[in-house]
Amino acid sequence: MIEAKALSKAFGPILAVDRVSFKVNKGEVLGFLGPNGAGKSTTMRMLSCFLPPDGGTATVLGHDIVKDSVEVRRRIGYLAENVPAYDEMTAESFLRFICDARGIRGKERVAAIDRVADTCALAGVMHQPIGTLSKGYRRRVGLAQALAHDPAVLILDEPTDGLDPNQKHEVRQLIRRMAREKCIVISTHLLEEVDAICTRIIIIARGRILEDSTPEALRQREGGSLDEIFRKLTTRPGSRAAGGRP
Amino acid sequence: MTGFASIFKRELRGYFSTPLAYVFLVIFLLFASFMTFQHGFYEMRSASLRLFFMNMPLLFIFLAPAMAMRLWAEERRTNSIELLMTLPVTVAQAVLGKFFAAWTVIALALVLTCPMVITVCYLGQPDPGPIIGGYFGTMLLAGAYLAIGSFFSSLTRNQVIAFVLSVVACALFLYASSPAAMDYLSGFIPLKGVEVIESLSIQLRFESLLRGVVDLRDAAFFLILGAAWLCANVLTLKERMAAG
Repeated sequence: MIEAKALSKAFGPILAVDRVSFKVNKGEVLGFLGPNGAGKSTTMRMLSCFLPPDGGTATVLGHDIVKDSVEVRRRIGYLAENVPAYDEMTAESFLRFICDARGIRGKERVAAIDRVADTCALAGVMHQPIGTLSKGYRRRVGLAQALAHDPAVLILDEPTDGLDPNQKHEVRQLIRRMAREKCIVISTHLLEEVDAICTRIIIIARGRILEDSTPEALRQREGGSLDEIFRKLTTRPGSRAAGGRP
Repeated sequence: MTGFASIFKRELRGYFSTPLAYVFLVIFLLFASFMTFQHGFYEMRSASLRLFFMNMPLLFIFLAPAMAMRLWAEERRTNSIELLMTLPVTVAQAVLGKFFAAWTVIALALVLTCPMVITVCYLGQPDPGPIIGGYFGTMLLAGAYLAIGSFFSSLTRNQVIAFVLSVVACALFLYASSPAAMDYLSGFIPLKGVEVIESLSIQLRFESLLRGVVDLRDAAFFLILGAAWLCANVLTLKERMAAG
């Protein structure tokens, strides 16, 4: 459902993403794993059509992210890393705006908001301005926003960051529940998370894919815990994981 | 259309869910009427709103950029632009949605000046032409200023910088044709150049609309001016977003 072909992006002299290619199918939960500054967020921003790639392209459900970006955006749900939202709006009016912008109207809209408020456990905070919410609730509003149109493809940038252990558990369960009918890409630097929900794993550092495999296969081949494998792969000579200068 | 309508609605609500719209309306109405009476509304002994409209170019030099400065600067500062631009909405729809929301608040402000119209109608028999032309011209003028403000708002994450730059740009368009500026410019710019600058002046076009005869060229001037700044707005936003 997602196919990236040699996606590249540079910010000035810094090559943030360097010819990244991969495929994700329905029913898969792909975990993007990598140190900070490895290019995870940049890749996700390109897939969600926020950043145009400098080279290469990707298709989401058959639509090209460059030529057909509005169609792609219609079909995916995206949660950005820092959970952008309009702080002065209440959670409810914010979700109403999202539904409007996605063309969900009337009864459908009421149903959609009820559904996501329920899945993301927002019942108590619907009338509170988003700026006053705790980090965990804010992220859940962001997640609700990404789910409002029940997208076939979900791109979640660190969906459990800043949540407490209970909330982390809930979000992971939610992702696992949705995994069967959807295609989900998450980024994380928590290895336990990969173990808990991902069916596939891509390790990325300095903008390049170092490993594209399943957690089990990786463990069998390299031996040891995912932790050790991650350290071994991302700190190999020549792949120092610091912002990735070319 | 969905994208435009939803952004327009959200922005318009945004103005009224924060004190911004109310402060704007009160300040505008206060200054608009104060300046009219201060400049001798009664002493003129004629039932016309000429004095009222004459202040508009100066008043909106400050008020339109104040309305426009948050449009994109805030969106970029809080990063909510990443949310907005990953919705199925084009940049042009977003720019227009925000622009028309701000313009609607200004239209409301002008509607609320109706007591001035009632006053002159009570005092005498005003010629409706200049009043209609005045409102029409003020709307166009404010629209052009807003487009300038929206453009500068997309250049920076800082609202104060956006405000200052747009005030300066609006003032340049307004005062380009003032006798002092013309004298100065003719010192080192050839006559043709001075004529071009004069033809770009907001003041002259606005005064012509105030006479009550709506000249299509004057209306087109404001519309083209506004459209050009909005196009520049779309282009800079796209470029800024690509740069990350």
